[in-house]
Amino acid sequence: MTSDHGVEHGHGAHGPAGHEDPDHVHDEMGLDAAGHVPARARLAAGHSHGPLALEVNNLWAGYPGKTPALEDVSFVVPEGEMVGLVGPNGAGKSTLFKSILGVMRPLLGEVRVFGRPVSETRRDVAYTPQAEEVDWDFPVSVMDVVLMGRWNGTRLFRRWSREDREMAHAALERVQISGMEKRQVGELSGGQRRRVLIARSIARGARLLLLDEPFAGLDAGVEHDLLAILDDLTHQGCSILIATHDLSCVATACDEACCLNRTVQGYGTPADVLTEEVLARTFDRHLITVGESGISFGGDAIAVAGEPHGHEHSAN
Amino acid sequence: MADLVSWLLEPFEYAFMQRALMSLVIVSVVGSVVGTFVVHKGLAASGSGLAHATLAGVAIAFVNGVSIALGALVAAVASGVGIGYVRSNSRVSYDTAIAIFYVSAFSLGILIISRRSSYTPDLISFVFGDILGVSRADLVGELILAVVVVGFVLAFYREMVMVAYDPAMAAAAGVRAWFFEYALLVLIALAVVVALQAIGIVLVSAMLIIPPATASLLARRIPQIIAISFVLSVGASILGLYASFHADVAASPAIVLGSTLAFAVTLAATSRRGARLPVGAAE
Repeated sequence: MTSDHGVEHGHGAHGPAGHEDPDHVHDEMGLDAAGHVPARARLAAGHSHGPLALEVNNLWAGYPGKTPALEDVSFVVPEGEMVGLVGPNGAGKSTLFKSILGVMRPLLGEVRVFGRPVSETRRDVAYTPQAEEVDWDFPVSVMDVVLMGRWNGTRLFRRWSREDREMAHAALERVQISGMEKRQVGELSGGQRRRVLIARSIARGARLLLLDEPFAGLDAGVEHDLLAILDDLTHQGCSILIATHDLSCVATACDEACCLNRTVQGYGTPADVLTEEVLARTFDRHLITVGESGISFGGDAIAVAGEPHGHEHSAN
Repeated sequence: MADLVSWLLEPFEYAFMQRALMSLVIVSVVGSVVGTFVVHKGLAASGSGLAHATLAGVAIAFVNGVSIALGALVAAVASGVGIGYVRSNSRVSYDTAIAIFYVSAFSLGILIISRRSSYTPDLISFVFGDILGVSRADLVGELILAVVVVGFVLAFYREMVMVAYDPAMAAAAGVRAWFFEYALLVLIALAVVVALQAIGIVLVSAMLIIPPATASLLARRIPQIIAISFVLSVGASILGLYASFHADVAASPAIVLGSTLAFAVTLAATSRRGARLPVGAAE
């Protein structure tokens, strides 16, 4: 089943609404939504969103001299919403994150965060790495880690200020793990570790959170608690982009889903996007079983995608 | 009682023993500060590699009549930068590259020295350490390098910790992660040079690894680990000097073995009371 809202780029080919206008200049807020980008055209039709936290417009990115990891990627994260980013390993998710963080320059196209170019928005975006990439034996306390989010430029011999500590405490309260400030991070449980990393992003003052596989290795109950916290954060004005293999989480908790494999294979509400066809295209194989009208729950329709982290798909 | 006091005080009535102790205190400061990062970044192999690689510089300096310490300094810093480059660019695994690198540099050093008909005590002291032969000028050199190393870590402490803990996050936040990765290797190089005369090429990495490793069993935060490591390192140094003076053994291996003993005792004591909580136990 094909969603009529789904963005369907072929390699190098635009969808019907995808005419690129290189001379087009965005206004301050990037809200002149005249339908230049497929994703936005869809949003204009289907939603009445406020301002956008993230706009990715016809982004090509990768290392020079190699096949671009991302080809003509366009989607948005509206403010206060949670968007699930789905795709196999090697789909270009980390390249996308690097582009959004401004640590990697686009080959073509652009990324705008709260309407501004990424070079001006370092403090508005924060990245939460996969928990398994973090050295939990490192001798730092919970407070030390959250304070790292407060870093704002090198100042010789500088220590953290009272304000930094207050912001760090506040961030820990928002993820509901205050009272553990002095614990060494390795003493925390899996769910608590995720929360510390998220608190670090919040302490930064970031309003757009990029989360890389926050649910990997968590059991269902802990995942549920973490999702509730993320949901609270969106209600407090945070916008969240989650890279995850957990399709049921995207289906139940995310406002939008973006299926990525080099390019956007589908973008829209989870019900529209998490279809057999889009997922098969995203993962290069038919490993999905879904009901006729997208994912339904309680019936025989179960979505399973990806594998536990660590396995390379043969995509690309 | 008076015997014991004189047994304890007698060694340090000699100026060379006083200089040895001062030198080891400086080594302990630098070793603890840098070594804490070395241990927790898993860079122990780099420390050992850097130390061995200095022999090339020592040999070249010796043959050309330049200051041996300067030769060691140049070789260590160049090796540190080289190791950093290999880490970020190599297609060979990191520890393999380090091993190839340092045995080659060490071989070059031996090759150069072998053209000389006679080994000199000067050179031997760099290989095996000559703590009792530390001169006033050596002390001044050590002190200058130590100030540079400790000053850098104090100045950039937050950045050093952030990059050591989570380089990807640090880079995303805007920290020049690559700079601090290289900086740490250069700091290791400087620490190696500080300790070289006292401890010798072959054993120098012990001063960077064993005391911080022991301290890490006892404390959970970097400042405490550095402090405990310093105390342990000075303690082992004093023990080693006594052993050297009273039992007439070489000081630097005695110091290293003293550190090892402290590590073994601490390991036994802390594993008994189960210092580390099992992962994920609390939820």
